[in-house]
Amino acid sequence: MNEIWQGLIEAGRLIATLDADLIEISLRSLQVTVTAVLIASAIGIPFGAWLAVKRFRHRRAAIALLNALMGLPPVAVGLFVYMLLSRSGPFGVFGLLFTPAAMIVAQVFILTPLVASLAHQSMRELWADYHDLLISLGATRRQRIAAIVRDGRRALLTAALAGFGRGIGEVGAIMIVGGNIDHATRVLTTAIALETGKGNFALALGLGFVLIGLAISVNWLVHTLSRTEGGARW
Amino acid sequence: MVDASILPLVVSAARVRRDGRDIIGPLDAELAAEGTTLVIGPNGAGKTTFLRMLHGLERLSGGTLRWQALEREVRRRQAFVFQSPVMMRRSVLENAAYPLILRGRTRRQAREAAAGWLARIGLAEAAERPAHVLSGGERQKLALARALVTEPDLLILDEPCASLDGRATREIEALLVAARAAGTRVVMSTHDMGQARRLASDVLFLHRGTIREAGPAEAFFEQPQTPEARAFLRGDIVE
Repeated sequence: MNEIWQGLIEAGRLIATLDADLIEISLRSLQVTVTAVLIASAIGIPFGAWLAVKRFRHRRAAIALLNALMGLPPVAVGLFVYMLLSRSGPFGVFGLLFTPAAMIVAQVFILTPLVASLAHQSMRELWADYHDLLISLGATRRQRIAAIVRDGRRALLTAALAGFGRGIGEVGAIMIVGGNIDHATRVLTTAIALETGKGNFALALGLGFVLIGLAISVNWLVHTLSRTEGGARW
Repeated sequence: MVDASILPLVVSAARVRRDGRDIIGPLDAELAAEGTTLVIGPNGAGKTTFLRMLHGLERLSGGTLRWQALEREVRRRQAFVFQSPVMMRRSVLENAAYPLILRGRTRRQAREAAAGWLARIGLAEAAERPAHVLSGGERQKLALARALVTEPDLLILDEPCASLDGRATREIEALLVAARAAGTRVVMSTHDMGQARRLASDVLFLHRGTIREAGPAEAFFEQPQTPEARAFLRGDIVE
């Protein structure tokens, strides 16, 4: 119990003194994951909606595969992206390995299937509601997708937040492609792994509490700004 | 709307199969350019499928629908009101404006036209409320306004008053009478023979996926020609 108290005290101290390192790595965590969530949503949400609206031969197989990809192991993704971005890899010339950009790429791989799959599930229900009406009104496929994305935006926000939750706490992939380099690619999760390894439990726990607090406040902020639970909204 | 209507429609030997069974057909029918046609018949006669087929929501497995315009134009110039209205998760006004936005009108034009319709159906006050908080009768009126906002040649309704009380039914009927007076061709199904007598200029009596009797409403209700129609109008159970 003693270590946990010390961790809480350490977390309080880090925040109260606005510790420069803490702020730097917290902002980098946010920068990497928020960028990755935005990219993953830009790909995953239209794809999920398209999958709900479009009927094609191997649709069921595609959905099953997408659902399976939700559980993609981050370490394997990290290794895969590492191979792609390493000097000898196909994208080695860009020199992206061990930069925040590489960490974003890895997280986009992890988050896109998750966001797409959650988006598809909510869009599928909405499409079942809207199907007859939109066909009757003669909406084109593009208009159908636009309608369900617009009207299902609150469910899609939840999908994006689930992506954020997975990304902000993810350590395996960004450790491999980022390298946990101080002042370059160190983020909250990799710092926690490092401090734990060094036996620096109070600092590690302090960072852990900061991470949890960050995840909760981002969710709360987004829900407040979009007034999701407010009164007669959807 | 009188010039170059999509009507009259000639249906010949139309069939709709589902799960290896003919739901409709073979079925022959004609829809003249004017009037209000009531589609009646026992449960499971195929009324809903027949109406959906006219609207192009069911794929024909045989036969033809011959309209007076190309298919694209035909779809644009008819509207359908479902038995249980589909409310989009938007405001009442946005629901009514949506068909016009799909047709490429500007947001402002669409909202103006929709606001006019909301005033006519008595929902102007509710314009900015979410559509799903409306009562059943209000929803069906909104669905009707959403169908009429595009000024269709042909309006098809599938038992629009099935679960509504007397007052809502009367309001819907008044709107249908007004639409007809404005030149819209109305085709609707109903279970309510009183409603059929009030609205119909002619009747299609459906039984087991085919039309057993068709003709002017007055003649049909006074002197039905087939034993099934006679039994149905008497209130016997027709299977």
